[in-house]
Parts: sequence; C-alpha cells; structure tokens
Amino acid sequence: MFDTTMCSLPLAPGLGYKPQHFADIMQDAGRTRWFEIHAENYMGQGGRPLAQLDALASRFPISVHGVGLSIGGEGPLDADHLARLKTLCDRINPASFSEHLAWSSHGAEYLNDLLPLPYTNASLSRICDHIDQVQATLGRKMLLENPSSYLAFSESTWSEPDFLREVAKRTGCGLLLDVNNVFVSATNLEFSPQDYIANFALEEVGEIHLGGHDEDEDDHGKPLLIDSHGREIADPVWALLDITLAHSGPRPLLVEWDTDVPDWPVLAAEADRAAQALTRVFV
Amino acid sequence: MTTQTDFRAGLLNPDAPMPQGLTNAQGVPSPKRYGVYRNNVTVSLVDALQTGFPAIHSLLGDQNFRALATHYARANPPQSPLMMLYGADFAQFLAQTQALANLPYLPDIAALEYGLRTSYHAANHDPQPFSALQSLAPEQIDDAKLSLAPSAILLQSVWPIHDIYTFALDPTAPQPQAAAQDILILRKEFDPKPHLLPANAAKFIRALGAGKTLSQAIENAPDTDVGAILTLLFTEGAIARITV
Repeated sequence: MFDTTMCSLPLAPGLGYKPQHFADIMQDAGRTRWFEIHAENYMGQGGRPLAQLDALASRFPISVHGVGLSIGGEGPLDADHLARLKTLCDRINPASFSEHLAWSSHGAEYLNDLLPLPYTNASLSRICDHIDQVQATLGRKMLLENPSSYLAFSESTWSEPDFLREVAKRTGCGLLLDVNNVFVSATNLEFSPQDYIANFALEEVGEIHLGGHDEDEDDHGKPLLIDSHGREIADPVWALLDITLAHSGPRPLLVEWDTDVPDWPVLAAEADRAAQALTRVFV
Repeated sequence: MTTQTDFRAGLLNPDAPMPQGLTNAQGVPSPKRYGVYRNNVTVSLVDALQTGFPAIHSLLGDQNFRALATHYARANPPQSPLMMLYGADFAQFLAQTQALANLPYLPDIAALEYGLRTSYHAANHDPQPFSALQSLAPEQIDDAKLSLAPSAILLQSVWPIHDIYTFALDPTAPQPQAAAQDILILRKEFDPKPHLLPANAAKFIRALGAGKTLSQAIENAPDTDVGAILTLLFTEGAIARITV
C-alpha cells in the first residue's frame, strides 16, 4: 500500500522552477515557499540539473510534476519511465507527485504534448488501472490534473468533474485542480467555469495550478483559448481562483510560466498575487 | 469512436484529415481545434531541436532550419519521454538530406552539438589531480590506466568542426579554413566545452578509452605531444580514475 496522507506541500504559493532563476531563488525566494519541477528534466545521469535540484530540495518542499507518463494512454504504462520516476522520487522524497489526465505516448513514440481523451467507462477503468500501478510503484499517493480542452469527444459519457471524482474514489489518488485549465476549457467548450468548480471534488484537491493562456478563434469565429503558460495569469482566472478557494479553503497554489520565461521579479510578483488570494481565505 | 491511433495519425501529417468524433460545443467538427494539438506537437519538437542545435540553426538560417526540423520531427518523433535525448539521429538525417549535399560538414557539427548535450547530462565523477599520477613510481606510471570521465566525448572529423562551430555561434571568430579537426568535449563541473585536439591525440585518447596502459597508448600515437594532452585532461578534470 501507499502512504495515503494528504500531500504535504505548504498552504502557500509555489512556482514552477526554471534553472535560470537558481541564483535569485537561493538569495531570496520572497513569498514563494515551494517549487515544482517537471520530472523529465531531471532524469539525466548527473551534471547541473540534478545538482541544482538537490540544492533546491534541501531548502524547499518540492512537487514533482510528470509530463511524460501518458496515464491516459491506450497502451500499458512505460515501465522504464515509471522506474525513472521512482528513482527521482526516492532521490528527493518530494512533498507531492502529480501527473495529467492526458496521453502523450503512442507505442514507443512520444508526442511531447498533453493529448485529450474521451470520458467513457472504458477510459475510466484504464486510467484507474494505470494510477493503481503508479501509486503501488512509487509507494505514494499521486495527484491527477484536469486538462485544458480544445475540443469535445462525441463518445464521452461522463462530465470531467464526475470522471475525476470517480478516479479519485476508485484509486485513492488526489486531484490537482488547474484553474486556468478550467477557464480555458469552459471558454472553448462553452460551459460555466463556476458550475465546473461547484461539481469538482474539492475535498480531494491537494494542489491548485494557475497559468497564463493565449487567445485565438476557431473556424466558426468562436473564442479558442490556448493553454500556453507564456504570460501573466488573466484576471478572470484570478477571479475563478477566489471562488474556488472560497469553497475549498486554502490550498498550495502554483504559478506556472513555461514559455517566454520572464526574469525572477515578474514571477515573484505573480507569487505575491497568489499569496494575497490565500490571505483572503485565511481570515 | 476516436482511437488514439486515429488521433495520432493527423498530428504528424498535416495532409491527413481530422479524425472523426471531435467537435466544438455544438457538436460540429472543428478542424482548427484539432489543429491546436497538431501545432503544439510539431512546434514543440521543432523548438526542442532549435534549442538543441543552435549552431546548425545559425548555419542554415531560421527559415531553412525550421522547415528542415519540421520535416525531421514529422518523420522522426521522439522515442522516449526524455526530451533531453531527442535528436540523436539528427546528424544522420542531415547527412541523408540531398538538399544539404553542398554543406557536407553539417552532420559533424550536429554530432558535436548532440555530444555537448550528452556530456551535460552525463554522470558525475571524482576528478583525479595530476599529482595522483606524478606520485607513482616510474614503472607504475607506464602501466597505469587512465579512465576518462563519463562526460568526456571524442569526435573526429575531416572538416574543421571546431572552427565552424565557433564561427557559427560567434561571427567575429576567425573564418574557418580547410582542415581536419578532432575535438574532445570535456565537462569541468557543469558546462561542457569542445577542446580542439593536436594532431594524432585522438588515437592516444581512443587507446586510453579502450583500457590500454599509458605506455601502450603512447606507442599507439607516436607523433603526439602526450604531455600537452595529459595537461589538458588533468586541468579539465577529465580523468575519473587511475588504475595501477
């Protein structure tokens, strides 16, 4: 069995770690209390990435966030990759491990994107099997993150919040709620983000993600938001965060910024804003 | 039903139709929405190649590089979720691309860039000081075996790869002149650097890598300035072990 205690990240702002900020962070991390790393960037044999990670992990709680396990894949999980995740988790004993409700591998091929899947009884059962395998191998509880959606599958029979609630119930995993993803999907698929939050299993949420998105239009002139993680978090996403926290209570809050990464002060300012959002629910 | 095989087929083939069963909120098929995934996959792979092969990017120019990298990425998607490994056969692809036949040195430059990346992620080692060799008795020195660091990578070329690589990333560097150049990539602590080797030094280093003793390696490369090579290896911390 695995450790079923809730994730031990602080109820405080965290930031997605970027190597170019290492010196700034070591000097003064400001109100950022923890960091998230993308697991796959720390699977080399040695050198700077692992040295920096060890130094970071000795000072801050770390969330290991996988992007390459393909939990939603039709095929079996990649046992070698799962073993690499275990090696990494054993090395730094992270405060949390999370992955995505998505697929990214097809056979041996890795497509380097989080690809969508229909929500059916068949996909539910497959994902639960994969999560059981992950939690048994790592010996720890994992969090599963809601995706950004650009399209719908006509064959889906479950709503996303119900699907995630059922996965958590069957496997004992926790959930990672990405509020930006909710906003992006709600705009793209024309549902109410507030209703989504109201239906979400907030009691299972061990971490909340925030990030920036880009705006486009689809073939029919309808808004199409793209989850780019390349800019400031949009105001409606901050507003949705306030609504979420009002229902969930304080949660570890992560700001993600993965492309066109700015200098440290810009990121630190986003973390400050996340800290203010938390302050509003602590009082 | 949309299987992942169906979904995957159009991601790497821009001419393939959108799979069935993918719609907008009104249940209407929307190719542009599927196109977001198609674009994400291709652009992220091309970006990864551009980050991994900056000298090739500079030598070809942005437009040519991205067109070529798109072609490569669609035909050769990654075979592992470790993107740090992506592009292992990019050099081979460049060698087989007819349109690049007039730039025959490109594959060796790509191999150099991939070597730098491999070195960056290679296992750490405990660098041995020169004094560890010097303190041995003369007959022990002859029989000593020097193990190179896992991050040390030897590259041999009939082209001036060191000078072309340097020039590609720094246009103020001297214009490359026709010459065969061998390179030893060494990583002192964290940052790998390509070192231009003197003539015949590669033979000496190959012999060390094959587990020959110091005297055998010297015999293997008679016209080499062994002192200069040993100085390079020890000052760059490239000797992981001395076995006597």
